[in-house]
Amino acid sequence: MKFTGKVIKYGDNIDTDVIIPARYLNTSDHKELASHCMEDIDTTFVSRVQPGDIMVGGWNFGCGSSREHAPIAIKASGISLVIAKSFARIFYRNSINIGLAIVESEQAAEAIQEGDTITADLDNGILHNETTGEEYQVEPFPAFIQTIIENGGLVESIKNGSIK
Amino acid sequence: MGMTMTQKILAAHAGLDKVEAGQLILVNLDLVLGNDITSPVAIKAFKNMGKEQVFDKEKITMVMDHFAPNKDIKAAQQCMMCRDFCGGQEITHFYDVGQMGIEHALLPEKGLVVSGDAVIGADSHTCTYGALGAFSTGVGSTDMACGMAIGKAWFKVPSAIKFELKGKLNRYVSGKDVILHIIGMIGVDGALYKSMEFVGEGLASLSMADRLCMANMAIEAGAKNGIFAVDDITKNYVRAHSDREPAVYQADADAVYEKTYEIDLSQIKHTVAFPHLPENTHTTDEIEEIKIQQVVIGSCTNGRLEDLKAAAEIMQGKKVAKGVRCIVIPATQRIYLEAMEAGYLKTFIECGAVVSTPTCGPCLGGHMGILAEGEKAVATTNRNFLGRMGHVTSEIYLASPEVAAASAVTGKISAPEEVL
Ligand code: SF4
Repeated sequence: MKFTGKVIKYGDNIDTDVIIPARYLNTSDHKELASHCMEDIDTTFVSRVQPGDIMVGGWNFGCGSSREHAPIAIKASGISLVIAKSFARIFYRNSINIGLAIVESEQAAEAIQEGDTITADLDNGILHNETTGEEYQVEPFPAFIQTIIENGGLVESIKNGSIK
Repeated sequence: MGMTMTQKILAAHAGLDKVEAGQLILVNLDLVLGNDITSPVAIKAFKNMGKEQVFDKEKITMVMDHFAPNKDIKAAQQCMMCRDFCGGQEITHFYDVGQMGIEHALLPEKGLVVSGDAVIGADSHTCTYGALGAFSTGVGSTDMACGMAIGKAWFKVPSAIKFELKGKLNRYVSGKDVILHIIGMIGVDGALYKSMEFVGEGLASLSMADRLCMANMAIEAGAKNGIFAVDDITKNYVRAHSDREPAVYQADADAVYEKTYEIDLSQIKHTVAFPHLPENTHTTDEIEEIKIQQVVIGSCTNGRLEDLKAAAEIMQGKKVAKGVRCIVIPATQRIYLEAMEAGYLKTFIECGAVVSTPTCGPCLGGHMGILAEGEKAVATTNRNFLGRMGHVTSEIYLASPEVAAASAVTGKISAPEEVL
């Protein structure tokens, strides 16, 4: 699994209310959710995000309510990968389950800057910073997690029989 | 490097000899739980998966507890969806009004969980069964759907914090005080991702009700699970409730713990968590007068027979203070019946308290005791988040059944000793 994209960076404790405010939870339409992603802390996100971009956060990313709409909004906005120092537990599960790639690395999340271009090789657990030339080692994804993400989430993976 | 209790159970259920913290694994489940709020979403996801049949109709349970007996039409529709699904799939352990109780009190009582099991539930307090020496944790509805479809869930193996308990609890102090004390000490994210493992000679003085209450609130410290070492108290409990034999997983002598806390149970005082976080703890000897309008004794944390007994003993022959509404909710039908036979319900009613049928009710601000603007309540529940029991300006003080009972009598937050 490989992704290349430009970085959009945020701070610590990005909660699910910030990622997708509760006032938009009356829909489960992915595009509509994406159109409000991050708007309470960053009104420019939606207009500047490009398909494949990589989101970087600090500690406790995705804390708060267990709404699955949060990773859905991020994924539907075009983000290919989220890197953070740590993730809130249920957000982490929900991301994988809906097929959003997600990587925990204190070192990478600290060093990577807004606008850097990153190539992530999740089979081998390597993040390469094209802008600075730095490389960060992360835990590679085991095969079944890759399967879930490649198939677009847990529901699809079970539907097509790739997870039994 | 050795493994913790949790890691051993996970390894065994993943078919691995060894696991390490941080490793992602696929785990075979012994039980998948849902309630009347989370199951409908999971049922929809299950149908989207294109599955005809659940993986094992004996290993799925749905409990209608949150808004049941149905509080409104939407709640009724949700229960109907669960009822139809369980009927169609011939799910054995479907608990509707009449057999139900609050899920985390009901499952151990029905013997659906035994030591060594791996359990998921689409409810954050699924961590309760760690009291039995099982691995159990709360998940989302997609996970529940996947569990129903294939009997598996993926996990990141957690690291752990060890709580070495020693000494004995003082009279009128219970498991609730211990867990509130711990959350006050380590904070609401003090165990984020991690297991909280409870061991030591102090366990001998903790009843199964104390342990269930403590494991229940592990999530309030951010933990993935809380788990107790299995001893004779556990084995006796499991054997009395289930035909299955408990499987005992002990931590290795060289298991790695991120931190070890020693807790002397004899030093624990009556502890109360102030609004709006379970970590805002104070002991009753250091607080000023706080008048209250409502007391709730119940929930998956403290609605067990031992809890009702403790409250009844304190309230016996006294009256609920003027201006206070005291609501007692036995957590299951069986507890209700036993509390009736033991005379506790009579005591409550004579005191001027009301006794409700089992339900989550006011714990999550559902029904049966919602707070008005600015009202304060002492509750034996587990969360005192903003607006959780009603109006956003209302306040919840979390406490033990002993403190709640005493407070009902005095009309202010009180230690049991004040009324005895
Ligand atoms: S009693 Fe409260 S905490 Fe327990 S399951 Fe019900 S709503 Fe959740």
